[in-house]
Amino acid sequence: MRHIISVLLENEPGALSRVVGLFSQRNFNIESLTVAPTDDETLSRLTVTTVGDDRVVEQITKQLNKLIDVVKVVDLTEGEHIERELMMIKFKAAGAFRAEVKRTADIFRGQIIDITPNTYTVQLVGSSAKLDAFIDALGTASIMEVVRSGVSGIARGEKVLSL
Amino acid sequence: MELLSGAEMVVRALRDEGVKFIYGYPGGALLHVYDAIFQQDEVEHILVRHEQAATHMADAYARATGKAGVALVTSGPGATNAVTGIATAYMDSIPMVVITGQVMSHLIGEDAFQETDMIGISRPIVKHNFSVRSVEEIPEIIRKAFHIAETGRPGPVVVDIPKDMTNPTDRFPYVFPKQVKLRSYNPVTKGHSGQIKKAFDLLMSAKRPIIYTGGGVIMGDASEELTELARALNYPVTNTLMGLGGYPGTDPLFVGMLGMHGSYEANMVMHHSDLILAIGARFDDRVTNGVDKFCPTAKIVHIDVDPASISKTIRADVPIVGPAKAVLEEMLQLLKASKKTPDQEANKTWWAQINEWRTRHGGHFRTDDSEKMKPQQVIEMLSKVTGGDAYICSDVGQHQMFAAQYYKFNKPNRWINSGGLGTMGFGLPAAMGVKMNFPDADVACVTGEGSIQMNIQELSTCNQYNIPVKIICLNNGSLGMVRQWQDMNYESRHSQSYMESLPDFIKLAEAYGHVGIKVDKYSDLEAAMVKAFAMKDRLVFMDITVDPHEHVYPMQVPRGSMRDMWLSKTERT
Ligand SMILES: Cc1cc2nc3c(=O)[nH]c(=O)nc-3n(C[C@H](O)[C@H](O)[C@H](O)COP(=O)(O)OP(=O)(O)OC[C@H]3O[C@@H](n4cnc5c(N)ncnc54)[C@H](O)[C@@H]3O)c2cc1C
Ligand SMILES: Cc1ncc(C[n+]2csc(CCOP(=O)(O)OP(=O)(O)O)c2C)c(N)n1
Ligand SMILES: [Mg+2]
Repeated sequence: MRHIISVLLENEPGALSRVVGLFSQRNFNIESLTVAPTDDETLSRLTVTTVGDDRVVEQITKQLNKLIDVVKVVDLTEGEHIERELMMIKFKAAGAFRAEVKRTADIFRGQIIDITPNTYTVQLVGSSAKLDAFIDALGTASIMEVVRSGVSGIARGEKVLSL
Repeated sequence: MELLSGAEMVVRALRDEGVKFIYGYPGGALLHVYDAIFQQDEVEHILVRHEQAATHMADAYARATGKAGVALVTSGPGATNAVTGIATAYMDSIPMVVITGQVMSHLIGEDAFQETDMIGISRPIVKHNFSVRSVEEIPEIIRKAFHIAETGRPGPVVVDIPKDMTNPTDRFPYVFPKQVKLRSYNPVTKGHSGQIKKAFDLLMSAKRPIIYTGGGVIMGDASEELTELARALNYPVTNTLMGLGGYPGTDPLFVGMLGMHGSYEANMVMHHSDLILAIGARFDDRVTNGVDKFCPTAKIVHIDVDPASISKTIRADVPIVGPAKAVLEEMLQLLKASKKTPDQEANKTWWAQINEWRTRHGGHFRTDDSEKMKPQQVIEMLSKVTGGDAYICSDVGQHQMFAAQYYKFNKPNRWINSGGLGTMGFGLPAAMGVKMNFPDADVACVTGEGSIQMNIQELSTCNQYNIPVKIICLNNGSLGMVRQWQDMNYESRHSQSYMESLPDFIKLAEAYGHVGIKVDKYSDLEAAMVKAFAMKDRLVFMDITVDPHEHVYPMQVPRGSMRDMWLSKTERT
């Protein structure tokens, strides 16, 4: 199963490499990884999506917790949560296909953020599944470039991941 | 307030940690630190001949005392030479602080002379590592390093210090922090009472119980509590290779080591048990054999200070996260307060079965008509001559397994060996580290002619500091453990597993200023060994010729269950 694991990490040099190293060292899979500072400048928030059975995911959270630079770990998929990913996607767009890109982007509530006579660049935000669906809808033939941010997630309701 | 340079801070902080010996080797990046060492006499530096040996000495000190040992190595090749020793400590969860020199801060990343990224290299084999970025933080980092190394699940910590951080002219106030706070590191200090109660109830209703304990009981100083609990319940106890001495080896409740080369009865007891109480043991693959066939009728209670050890390879029915000592204390209290007792009838039946297994394979090794001495006989003699009370520091191979099987350890911290990494070359420096700290104790290095040559240069260190360890070399003229596997799985094609051109170990020992004794016949063994141990202030190298064809048995059949074993070259369960 796919899991979204959120980590509060000391904002220390080398801390990120400990997390990434752990995943490769222990043969855990990483589907996506994002990391950025938080409102507390001593902390970074890291989100990793991974696929594994219960035993593996249990090991992932336990091993992450063992890292001295890791302050807190939560598996967001255990509760109600919201996930978002940002994608920028550049199409070769000429003729009738231009209109189709525009129409599909509208349906997916994407925005066209750059235009040239031969290209469209679309920005889309949503769950990873939604971004996949957008690509499926337009087909891969005209894609020039795909840039995805990786998943960020947050729990619904009053639950927060903080100190 | 006193102003100290970074170099002086390093040495002072070690002193304030209560460190007596540091083991190391100098080099460019550490020259300031070595100069600070020279100018004081509270912390004594032991100069090894290879950095790997420094780490093993520090590690063995920790294994014998529970306190972190300290190694000091220079940047680049000094640091990389220490890697095997760091990994050895990491795999066995041994507290150690390794201070590595580093090139000057402004040169880091420029492929400077003797630069290696020691933070990166050591990352997967340390509990944590630190890179010093300002001189003032040195005392706190060193305090944190010891704190992390010694608490929770112990492990090695590396402190990497760029040379400019130790500059003698840059002086700052020195404050040694009594305590450190790490918001992200809070090891558990006691187990969950509800879980302990659950485990206790299972324990009381078990009909075929076994207590399986490991290195966590040794490093967690819990062998007294373990012994009290096992005796109160009259339950059998088995130890992992790392757990030997955690329960008295000559006690009738002790069924021996378990696992790949465990005793027949220990593996049978495990396989047929209905309850396994695992304490500070990590269900290693050398113990469980095929995990899908592991102990099919057993419920599992697992006590471990590291939650990640629990349900990692074998699912626990009752997990208890906590230090073995505190959890066992709580169980003992429950036992004292409880009116329940274990089922006496079931206990009797269980012991009758266990004793039957004991007699069925009580024989262990056999002597044959050939004149050749069996390695097992040498270990039995060592046990006899030292009264079972020596520190036995082992290398890796068949001799290690024979030592584990035939030396009866009645006390914890006396059996010092590399289990998780299986590092050949560990034995001699380990014995040195122990002997320096326990000068009045008998300290033996049990080794093979292969392993001893991996750190033989330390005979020179032993000469310099007069470290009179006894080297018991079971010389089978081959890399016996490798040869055994080749006999069993490769139709005796002995690819690269025997050594021609072995040195004359007696002359070699003498060249380093020590005593060498060669023994070829069993009839000479006792007198020679008594003589060796009587030479209290001399290092004696006993080169003992043993049967090169001997195998270690029992040996589990790969991917089988725990009870699937070879018992001799021809006999299988
Ligand atoms: C040639 C060779 C053959 C081997 N054959 C065997 C064999 O037949 N049988 C065998 O058993 N091993 C064998 N080994 C060793 C094996 O590889 C493992 O090292 C060993 O089994 C692990 O022992 P352990 O489970 O006690 O764990 P350790 O590595 O000692 O780990 C200790 C565990 O205790 C926990 N712990 C630490 N402190 C505490 C505390 N205070 N409270 C509670 N828990 C704590 C840790 O978190 C960890 O989970 C062999 C090794 C070699 C080199
Ligand atoms: C550094 C290292 N290299 C290789 C091995 C693999 N290995 C395990 S046991 C062994 C043979 C050990 O030979 P010896 O020290 O003579 O002991 P014996 O088995 O003969 O008693 C080898 C090569 C190892 N454990 N460590
Ligand atoms: Mg040998």
